[in-house]
Amino acid sequence: MTGGNVVVIGNGMVGQRFVDALRARDPQRRWRVTVLAEESRPAYDRVRLSAYFDGADEEDLNLHTPHDGVELRLGEPATGVDRSRRVVTTTADEYPYDVLVFATGSYPFVPPVPGTDLPGVFVYRTLDDLAAIRRYAKDRQTGAVIGGGLLGLEAANALRLLGLTTSVVEFAPRLMPVQVDTAGGAMLRRYVEELDVRCHLGVATTALRPGTDGAVVALELADGALVDADLVVVAAGIRPRDELARAAGLDIGPRGGVLVDAACRTTDERIYAVGECAAIDGTCYGLVAPGYAMAEVVADRLVGGTATFPGADTATKLKLLGVDVASFGDAHGATPGCLDVTWTDPATRAYAKLVLSDDASTLLGGVLVGDASAYPTLRASVGGPLPAAPLALLAGDDAVGATAGALPATAQICSCNAVTRADIDTAVADGCADVAALKACTRAGTSCGSCVPMLKQLLDAAGVVQSKALCEHFDVSRQELFDIVRVRGIRTFSQLIAEHGRGRGCDICKPVVASILASLGSGHILDGEQASLQDTNDHFLANLQRDGSYSVVPRIPGGEITPEKLIIIGEVARDFNLYTKITGGQRIDLFGARVDQLPQIWRRLVDAGFESGHAYGKALRTVKSCVGSTWCRYGVQDSVGLAVALELRYRGLRAPHKIKSAVSGCARECAEARSKDFGVIATEVGWNLYLGGNGGFRPRHADLFATDLSTEALITLIDRFLMYYIRTADRLQRTAAWIEAMEGGLDHLRAVIVDDSLGLCAELDAAMARHVTGYSDEWRDVLADADRLRRFTSFVNAPEVPDPSITFVTERGQPVPVGGQPAATPGRQPVALGLPEVRR
Amino acid sequence: MTAAMTLSWVAVCPVDRLDRDRGVAALVDGVQVAIFQTTDGLYAIDNLDPVSGAYVLSRGIVGSRGEAPTVASPLHKQVYDLRTGDCLDLPGVCVARHQVRCHNGMVEVRLRQEG
Repeated sequence: MTGGNVVVIGNGMVGQRFVDALRARDPQRRWRVTVLAEESRPAYDRVRLSAYFDGADEEDLNLHTPHDGVELRLGEPATGVDRSRRVVTTTADEYPYDVLVFATGSYPFVPPVPGTDLPGVFVYRTLDDLAAIRRYAKDRQTGAVIGGGLLGLEAANALRLLGLTTSVVEFAPRLMPVQVDTAGGAMLRRYVEELDVRCHLGVATTALRPGTDGAVVALELADGALVDADLVVVAAGIRPRDELARAAGLDIGPRGGVLVDAACRTTDERIYAVGECAAIDGTCYGLVAPGYAMAEVVADRLVGGTATFPGADTATKLKLLGVDVASFGDAHGATPGCLDVTWTDPATRAYAKLVLSDDASTLLGGVLVGDASAYPTLRASVGGPLPAAPLALLAGDDAVGATAGALPATAQICSCNAVTRADIDTAVADGCADVAALKACTRAGTSCGSCVPMLKQLLDAAGVVQSKALCEHFDVSRQELFDIVRVRGIRTFSQLIAEHGRGRGCDICKPVVASILASLGSGHILDGEQASLQDTNDHFLANLQRDGSYSVVPRIPGGEITPEKLIIIGEVARDFNLYTKITGGQRIDLFGARVDQLPQIWRRLVDAGFESGHAYGKALRTVKSCVGSTWCRYGVQDSVGLAVALELRYRGLRAPHKIKSAVSGCARECAEARSKDFGVIATEVGWNLYLGGNGGFRPRHADLFATDLSTEALITLIDRFLMYYIRTADRLQRTAAWIEAMEGGLDHLRAVIVDDSLGLCAELDAAMARHVTGYSDEWRDVLADADRLRRFTSFVNAPEVPDPSITFVTERGQPVPVGGQPAATPGRQPVALGLPEVRR
Repeated sequence: MTAAMTLSWVAVCPVDRLDRDRGVAALVDGVQVAIFQTTDGLYAIDNLDPVSGAYVLSRGIVGSRGEAPTVASPLHKQVYDLRTGDCLDLPGVCVARHQVRCHNGMVEVRLRQEG
């Protein structure tokens, strides 16, 4: 059967992945999909659930992609399955199916200990659970987590972040008993206890004790100890949700879970089960990667394929309480006769263990605590020969880095999406020439991203040269060019191209160099040789329109403007017959100016106190703001005041691309700050900073970077963010793409501009200080200089004749161009505009 | 042969009025001409951008592609060979060329009629 009604019970990560996978394989839409979800919100990233306590919201975690032909019924749990009628019953309706997929996931196991039903006791599974924990934690002092596994340590960190004195109780003699060995557990315990999380290991919880108000106040342990806890999280494991399947008479695995074969099919051939609820050949997996693999298998089967479950990769890498922990393969050395290579570095507090076959020729598994940088290569090497000597492998990034090319074809490069070396090599042979293409083609690197460095290595190994050359005149990237100009103190294009390039330059490298020179504070952009480098917009300090006329945008910081200034803009527009429009950046654009009119227009504007808005430049554009606490009854901070201050601070700052910003005065976010390169949202006690947002061709929400900052701390971070971007981004690369391409992403950025891991902060701060003190209004400076002014002529031999090609008709009471229509030229072709740059 | 054709040289401006590697527009017998000075010398082409229909080529960035001296349209960045007027990005597209010289310190242009 390759079409009909498929009903999916559950909209967790795996259920959503199944829908995505089916939609990708069923372009004719032969399957109509109904998804029945118990929760009231669509699929979200449960693996990153704890990010909620770092300020991430529902939208950040959202995984749901709408598809046509897919009906999502939220808050409508299935209540029964009638296999004879092939109908699923919910609390609201009945849904007939041709194929049914169980993706019901699991529920938290709560051990049978007295007191787990007391107020103040929670589980850690859904966003609602986390919201309830956050609410309850207010005004409480102590917290405890029952369970020292992966989820328990995440919960412990959450309680810490909520300000509670936190304890962890684990029945096993070490933390994370499933993943790490005794020595790794000991190293982990040192890290955890340094964060003031107390560990009670090898001891059971016997009871939860209520206080006088009936809510929990303490845990009683089997060794007689009493642990204070006003709030308790139970994280003692999960159990598959198989109750519907049981009731429907399907076979169940020996330890629960819907029993399925390698095709993920239950004992009823029309019914499948995927993810944590499925017992595949009897075993349940509580990890997302095997669940995704199952989702792909079922999607393939539904379109007539023969895929089978490839076997689970239970390798895990995560950051717990700031500590990198990874385990993979036979981490506990259960294989008979196996050998351990262990390595402990007390200085960096790293622990590593490799498990090798008895002849030391094959890697079987391992554990890494404190430094997991070798994880991607090691995990991919499991089952094969070691790609390098064991100690070299454990010594760090660089030694391992060169070795991805040595992996066998069967090595799994991306375990999240089950992509092997052979898959990558095939994609490269089919023409994928960079990481972005590999991601799009194979999905490798699109989930956790830890294999992205290996993708680059495999491209290198395949001999794909990822050119960084800016254009035919310079072999180096923009970043390298920036460093050359900065370090060598070069201040002219002719010197730069003579010493570091070839030819005469072009419309690609010249504006790049102009921007670099401007970022480094090299005087007015129209002085000397710099003028010839500028794109026409910068050359005339206005925006070229399709008919050859220009538009003019005076700066209106924060979108705040006096009535007098509004009147001036109106008068100028009227007197020069300009079309006016309010922009998206809270300012006013005046269109239809001829080059010879620009100085006259700006004379009027500058005299009235306006200055250049740099709408023409790859530079800071605007800092939008909502009205903020000054007027708004919801505002908690003065967003307008901050927006004005930020716009004045960064005005005129030249960058690899335009920079937009906004400040919202409360969480309602009326200024749309999260669509900006840097966005600021007020909190009760300060500001949250979001970085890397983007509207445009490929919209992207900015990532939360830091919370509850003072104004001073906020400005320091933005200073460094902008200067680091200016130094290191590619040509025409917005901050969103810059962060996405950055190795290590937001964590790396945080290390550089918060922790000063590169020792750059003082330089970045000084560079911004130079910009702020060196700022001067470009238009005022043009008006004061006859040499700069002489460019603003219609015709060099007839300056009194206005360009006759620029003419207007009236539309809705305003002038609009009649010119700009293409001449009848043979061979004229449509021209693609605004497409993303593929040049590297 | 049409009325727009002229056989005489028309003085446009002193040569020091031109910036190196940047264009200016001139009006010669009603025709908008873009004049450029590069290290190789002077070039003159129509100011009309054949792709957009706007009179803007004098405002493009001057450079080189291989051996060819070039200007890029400031609107949509198609690159033209200043020696031939051929568009190097769109086959079959070209701009009209004109004759230009420096005579007694003055830039002079003579319009050329081209198919």
